[in-house]
Amino acid sequence: MDARIGIRNTKSILFKGVIVFLAFIITIPLIIVLLYIIKQGVLQVNWHFLTNVPAAVGEAGGGISNALVGTAIIVGISSLIAIPVGILAGIYLSENPYTKLAYYAGLCVDILQGVPSIVVGIVVYFWVVKPLGTFSALSGSIALAIMMLPIVIRSTEQTLRLLPDSLKEAALSLGVPYHRVILKVIIPCGFAGILSGIMLSIARIIGETAPLLFTAFGNPFLSTSITKPMESLPHIIFTYATSPYDDWHNLAWGASFILLMFVLLLNIFTKLITRKWKIQL
Amino acid sequence: MENTVVSASKFNAWFGDNHVVKDVSIGIKKNQVVAVMGPSGCGKTTFLRCINRMHELIPGATAKGSLKLYNDDVYNMNPIYVRYKIGMVFQRPNPFPNLSIYDNVIAGYKLNGLKMKKADLNNIVEKSLTSAALWGEVKDSLHKKGTFLSGGQQQRLCIARAIAMEPEVILFDEPTSALDPISTSSIEALFHELKANYTLIIVTHNMQQAARVSDKTAFFYLGELVEFDDTKQMFTAPKDSRTQNYITGRFS
Amino acid sequence: MSLLNHPSDPKVKETATVNQNKAIMKQNGSESSIDKEQVTRMKNKRLDLSYSQLKWETIFRRLLMIMSIILLVLVVGILITLIWQSMPSIKALGIKFLWGKIWDPVQNIYGAYPFLIGTLLTSFTALIISIPFSYAVAIYLGEYNTKGWLSDLLKNTIELIAAVPSIIYGFWGLFVLVPIIRTFEAKIGVAPYGIGIFTSSLILAVMIIPYAASLGTSLIRMVPSPLKEGAYALGATRFEVIRSVILPFTRTGLFAGVLLSLGRALGETMAVTMLIGNTSAVANSLKAVFFGPGNTMASVIANEFTEADHTVYLSALIELGLVLFFVTVVINLIGKRIITKFTNN
Repeated sequence: MDARIGIRNTKSILFKGVIVFLAFIITIPLIIVLLYIIKQGVLQVNWHFLTNVPAAVGEAGGGISNALVGTAIIVGISSLIAIPVGILAGIYLSENPYTKLAYYAGLCVDILQGVPSIVVGIVVYFWVVKPLGTFSALSGSIALAIMMLPIVIRSTEQTLRLLPDSLKEAALSLGVPYHRVILKVIIPCGFAGILSGIMLSIARIIGETAPLLFTAFGNPFLSTSITKPMESLPHIIFTYATSPYDDWHNLAWGASFILLMFVLLLNIFTKLITRKWKIQL
Repeated sequence: MENTVVSASKFNAWFGDNHVVKDVSIGIKKNQVVAVMGPSGCGKTTFLRCINRMHELIPGATAKGSLKLYNDDVYNMNPIYVRYKIGMVFQRPNPFPNLSIYDNVIAGYKLNGLKMKKADLNNIVEKSLTSAALWGEVKDSLHKKGTFLSGGQQQRLCIARAIAMEPEVILFDEPTSALDPISTSSIEALFHELKANYTLIIVTHNMQQAARVSDKTAFFYLGELVEFDDTKQMFTAPKDSRTQNYITGRFS
Repeated sequence: MSLLNHPSDPKVKETATVNQNKAIMKQNGSESSIDKEQVTRMKNKRLDLSYSQLKWETIFRRLLMIMSIILLVLVVGILITLIWQSMPSIKALGIKFLWGKIWDPVQNIYGAYPFLIGTLLTSFTALIISIPFSYAVAIYLGEYNTKGWLSDLLKNTIELIAAVPSIIYGFWGLFVLVPIIRTFEAKIGVAPYGIGIFTSSLILAVMIIPYAASLGTSLIRMVPSPLKEGAYALGATRFEVIRSVILPFTRTGLFAGVLLSLGRALGETMAVTMLIGNTSAVANSLKAVFFGPGNTMASVIANEFTEADHTVYLSALIELGLVLFFVTVVINLIGKRIITKFTNN
């Protein structure tokens, strides 16, 4: 009997050992990737790198200013589209959870969350690029906005659902009309949750490449026109990483480093907000 | 009749198919404190929420019949205006957590986008907090968040918030059920002061409270208004056997 | 009782100040210090305002509805666009497009088989590699170590795996993983391409772990403790509790997590595109297919979409997108349904 208990205990300990081993070993690839990108990228980044467009093949130097400006513009416009639509749709879903429209809209959010990004690229190509007759930053922004929407909607919806009804009733009983209750009481009270959802969605799309391939395309020059093709950080990495030139690889490492830093900062910032306000996303 | 502030006749309310307020007729006079009591689920809170049209905000909730504020039918008025005229205080204190004490008091103005002079606002804040017996406690911390106050203070802040809108009637939905005895007694003391300027309708499940604070008492049972009379009369010689049973504790 | 009488007790202070307040009230008198006329004016203003507000209220409610309708329009629009644009290829190639073995745009021959094989092979290999890890993370964070800095650290690190853009995994894989795999392939005696289905699967496996892991963690944390305690009370070891209480209880939920991971793997584009080698020819032995270059549905779209120079070619690519859309949406919706059902119980 004692021996059997011994075996069972050993088994239990062994199992725990295996679980701990597997659970932690999986962080190693991530750490290796992060360290490698930092090692390769950090030396590339200097003032010149940030303020110049890529140099031609064979020329030394060059930078990624076109991609930095492009990503800022494309992501900025995406946010302008996706944030208002997302917040308002999120409000609708949290306020009217039992309507037919809410059911189907919720289903659509689930579907959008699962749509492969490359498919979004195809669709926006036919919606925007073809009618306009050219690749454009605007089409890229629309594609990314579609990717942002489900995250903004779900985080808004979930944040607002957690707010007590008494808050809304307090405002309504003072004769505050519905839209002011939402805009002046409900949204300010759920602000942190909504903000962290927005940041998470930006972190998610800032590195998206696939939807940009057939929309914003790319542009070796600095462009600020939203109806023209525009370079972006993930796209410049793709182009230069798959090129055969070492100089261009270095450019791509530098760009990867900067992209990675953006993503990390956005994630850390979101974590800090959610921790401070104790939000669950 | 002209000093009747709130009057209902044959008033009904439903949650979906559930008939929760049945043919209620009542007339409430100016500057009275009216207690509404009855076992839980008797429709007293629903009736209260019908008076300022908060009932209809719940999906599936409907109401029918006449309910008047002075001579105007509440259900023909703009609901927003109805709520300007009829204030409400809830079961649990619910100050706005994102606003300071000062802003909580003038929330009705601020959130409605009514532009006012700073001096007038100061005036309203001081007057309302004084009427709610809170001014002395918070006058030095007006810009702290309202949620820093104790439960009883928060509830008085909510009363001040309702008073600030200069309503005709203030509805109280079990205002002390979430409070400790000491806070409760301070709120009850306040009812006597507020009577001078407002008409108060207080839903309570606590018979002792109804007896202590009210001039008149309405007893609801299974959605019907069983009896409405002077509080003294009601507690000493109720006319209806169901009231008798309730106040002697034979059912709850 | 002594606690109640403590001078710093807020309740005691409160009663004292109530009396003070009453005194203040008597001094001020109870009438308003704003003059009567002003009050009437203000009330009229409020009445006017209440009507304009009512109009805005309706507009705002409409706006909320419109935004939700936009979502429906968006999803239906995506579906219609994909179907519409696939029509030329559906008409020209019919259903046999799906199992046609050859993809040769130059000869105008289009068969989806190489990409179906590539997609299924990469996704399922990645899934099989990832499952032990994601289950281990879920069990560790859900059962062994649910609180504290180490638990938080691991949780955040796993979430970070999902946050790193796929282009970065692809780039790193191309320059670090590919040479390693090349040496490995030379050792086991297959053509040392380095790139290919196997390499893509490895990267994919890492990328999809967080989805199953974080869902699994929260599900395992939801296992009611009376269930576990019941087993412990019978003298079960921790391993036995996990095996015979926790895993059976969360089985469907964990499966849903695996489905979500699979959905990610099927649609993943950039990392795979950079590592898979982009060959539409299918080798004849399974070993050669597995370690050799290939293509997935997503990667062939990414590579050839802008080059597709005639209608059927482009349309065939979009049809692949349509298939991909259907498969991922169905997998995701099934996963979501299972989760909703699980969390509601």
